[in-house]
Amino acid sequence: MFKLTDEQIERYSRQIILPEIGGKGQEKLLKAKVLIIGCGGLGSPCAFYLVAAGIGKIGLIDSDNVELNNLQRQILHSTRTVGIPKVESAKDILSNINPNIDIVVHKLRLTSENILSIIRNYDVIIDGSDNFPTRYLVNDACVLLKKPLIHAGILRFDGQATTIIPYKSPCYRCLFPAPPPPGTVPSCQEAGILGVVAGTLGLIQATEALKYILSVGELLIGKLLIFNALEMSFRTLKIQRDKKCPICGNKPTIKKLIDYEEFCQLRKNKT
Amino acid sequence: MAIKVRIPTPLQKLTDKKAEVKCSGKTVIELIAILDKKYPGIKERLCDEKGNIRRFINIFVNEQDIRFLKGKNSKLKDGDDVSIIPAIAGG
Repeated sequence: MFKLTDEQIERYSRQIILPEIGGKGQEKLLKAKVLIIGCGGLGSPCAFYLVAAGIGKIGLIDSDNVELNNLQRQILHSTRTVGIPKVESAKDILSNINPNIDIVVHKLRLTSENILSIIRNYDVIIDGSDNFPTRYLVNDACVLLKKPLIHAGILRFDGQATTIIPYKSPCYRCLFPAPPPPGTVPSCQEAGILGVVAGTLGLIQATEALKYILSVGELLIGKLLIFNALEMSFRTLKIQRDKKCPICGNKPTIKKLIDYEEFCQLRKNKT
Repeated sequence: MAIKVRIPTPLQKLTDKKAEVKCSGKTVIELIAILDKKYPGIKERLCDEKGNIRRFINIFVNEQDIRFLKGKNSKLKDGDDVSIIPAIAGG
């Protein structure tokens, strides 16, 4: 147990007065370690609010540098930081908002080799990545290490989100057993994305992370939230654990992590 | 008999940009076949060569995943609400 300082009590006063949070809840937040995968459209709004809310340690992963075409939605970055690593751009602005947070940056691309040693150090994992190979890798690694994973995906005016508590709720593979072959599902780069859709889903992820850490409310466990900005609709579909799931089912066929590099043609052409 | 089918954005180019269409069919696979007559090409996007629903697409009938009903042979009735949900990876 540690005591909140006067500065902390003042800084977090508007949420400490919420009966669901209080001093105890604030201490839980300050002790929590959250990893945000991707400092892009989803990771940006998510990181801002988690840092502001006083999550003690926040890990940021991204291998890219800031590009001008990111700024329409990736609000961690600015015209001034175009060209520098996203994780650095992110750390810079986030430390200004809340200098008391331990922000750990990982400028790398997650692979089957490095992922376990990184996510091991965190309590909650937030997937804000932008491609199927990383999404499946993150899901499988979180299942293997039993780490709660807050998933969201976005495209055009659509968003999806679910919270995965391994072996308790359906994982991403229970929902979608295998990634689509190249060319069958367009990426944001090909099909576009409205910035506010990323913002909406990124904040849903942040909300789920806070609720998980605080043990309050109901999580998106066994539920797939479907958002459409044009209809301004939020629908919740019931999802179930799949006994035949290749990673968390009764007889898992995936025993080690897979790098689906070959699936992502666009990225391959880029590098 | 009318069943409401929600079409995901990437497939709306096949349905004259409609996000929602009316269709019929006694089962999910029959509905897909009828849908394909109206909007050619949609079956190929939803099913593989063997006629099974692709693994990165889920179909929900009244908010229930058909994989936990009777899969592509899940029964449909008048007034049902069918949602086609593909995996999306953007972030």
